[in-house]
Amino acid sequence: MVDLRTEIAGVALRNPTMLASGFLDETGGSMGRVYQAGAGAVVTKSVGPQPREGYPNPTIVELDAGLLNAVGLPNPGVIEYEHEVKRAHAAGAVVIGSVFGKDAEEYAAVAAKMSTYGVKAIELNLSCPHAKGLGTEIAQDASAVRDFTRTVKDVVDVPVFPKLSPNVQDIATFALAAEEGGADGIVAINTMKAMAITPELKMPSLANKYGGLSGPAIRSIGVRAVYDICEKVHVPVIGVGGVGSGRDALEYIMAGASAVQIGTAILSRGLGVFNEISKEMASLLEEAGFHSVPEAIGVAHA
Amino acid sequence: MPRIQVVPLLEIVRETPTTMTYRFRADLGGQPGQFLMVWIPRYDELPMALSYLGAVKGITVRDYGDATHALAAFTAGDRIGVRGPYGNAFRLEGQSVLAVGGGSGMASMIAAIEAFSQQGARVVTAAGAKNAEELLFVERANAAGEVHIATDDGSRGFHGFVPALADKLFARESFQQVITCGPEKMMYAVVGLARKRGVPIQASLERYMKCGIGICDACSLDDKLVCVDGSIFTGEQLAGSEDFGHFRRDKSGRRIPA
Repeated sequence: MVDLRTEIAGVALRNPTMLASGFLDETGGSMGRVYQAGAGAVVTKSVGPQPREGYPNPTIVELDAGLLNAVGLPNPGVIEYEHEVKRAHAAGAVVIGSVFGKDAEEYAAVAAKMSTYGVKAIELNLSCPHAKGLGTEIAQDASAVRDFTRTVKDVVDVPVFPKLSPNVQDIATFALAAEEGGADGIVAINTMKAMAITPELKMPSLANKYGGLSGPAIRSIGVRAVYDICEKVHVPVIGVGGVGSGRDALEYIMAGASAVQIGTAILSRGLGVFNEISKEMASLLEEAGFHSVPEAIGVAHA
Repeated sequence: MPRIQVVPLLEIVRETPTTMTYRFRADLGGQPGQFLMVWIPRYDELPMALSYLGAVKGITVRDYGDATHALAAFTAGDRIGVRGPYGNAFRLEGQSVLAVGGGSGMASMIAAIEAFSQQGARVVTAAGAKNAEELLFVERANAAGEVHIATDDGSRGFHGFVPALADKLFARESFQQVITCGPEKMMYAVVGLARKRGVPIQASLERYMKCGIGICDACSLDDKLVCVDGSIFTGEQLAGSEDFGHFRRDKSGRRIPA
């Protein structure tokens, strides 16, 4: 039997499949259900200081090789969100709190509040590609990534995982900046900035025009990003982008990720996707002669 | 994967002073109770029940906000985007059926009322509305079975709310199945009546939606999603619900009184 347990900066997971932020994580009921369906942990919807409605519809477009979304960071605000984390915890979930704000101080304030809810770690959404005027665009500036990370680190006791954007020239530079800021782990990648147009209507398909592309289309970009990051930093990495099978997850693990996040694949495989991917990973790891997940982390670098 | 189809409107029918039906051809299936995500270009994309399932589909919508108001000004030839069908369908079980509709909720049920009738079931419809002018699909329901009317102002039929009318019908005869759609407080009362009498009930719920395909979590009801686990829920499912009849989510995800 392969031992599927893994660990990221002291956060122990029963298996390496985490729910990616933005999917089924606005409510505690859904997060609890995802955890009970087999996820090793759930990452919350990105939560800010105040309630936020997000963008008008259409906010999602299904494409051949992925999903384009510009949901616009809807969230009930960090104060209200306590109820949702409580409810997820009541269902037994391991919860990681994703936060955003308009500047470093706001990120820190939201993270500090979130950390009092018993979340195991804070994920910093530094990289949402479709929210204007928020700190989420700071992933374009390596020194800002470092400073935001440090500001948050100064006020929370749990591990901090900045989530990085692939919409940059060299993502490893940004990972290094995050590590300099005290990051305990790196999450890569967020969605790719993208657009779809509806020719019959001669207009962009999303109300926000631009959105973030997820799913199979970005998997190889994510694997490359994780590989590059792991060449540069020493902190653990969580791989995300187009994981839809155990084999996909293993690509990320072998590129150096300690765990993976899953979102878009819920569409094609349902909530059973977490259990199924765990089983597929176990069988592939066994075939390859591994006894545990940590043994396989980063082996593609050899 | 279901993808958006851009279709021209073929016909627009005013059903009541506030409710319109839009007919179009689209290459999609659809069973009684399912819904489409309907893109009103430049305004919004909203879930709307299929009120006609044949070759020429139909959606029937009450004008309640900016987007539905914009849609009401559309004319034949104007184009909308549709994707779906989404959600589950009414299970067409039982030989005697009570359908309890409030206002535009009849739009979600009328295809089921007709389907029950076509397979030989006796269908009794209790249709309620604010006033006589706002009654929806009474003729179609009448062609499928027996219809009883309730209006809030007494301008036609029973003077009062439709659950009270449904209670009279329950007292008069026994049904094997109840279906309901309308304002949530109304459905809450009807679910209570059906459960008290031990009759299976299916209620078609409405929540704010973004994706319609089970990923965004905007339409959650307890730990369920109205878009993929519903929109039709059974009385058993709703009996244990903390949200049904009490709470919904606003666009930010805040839990607020229903």
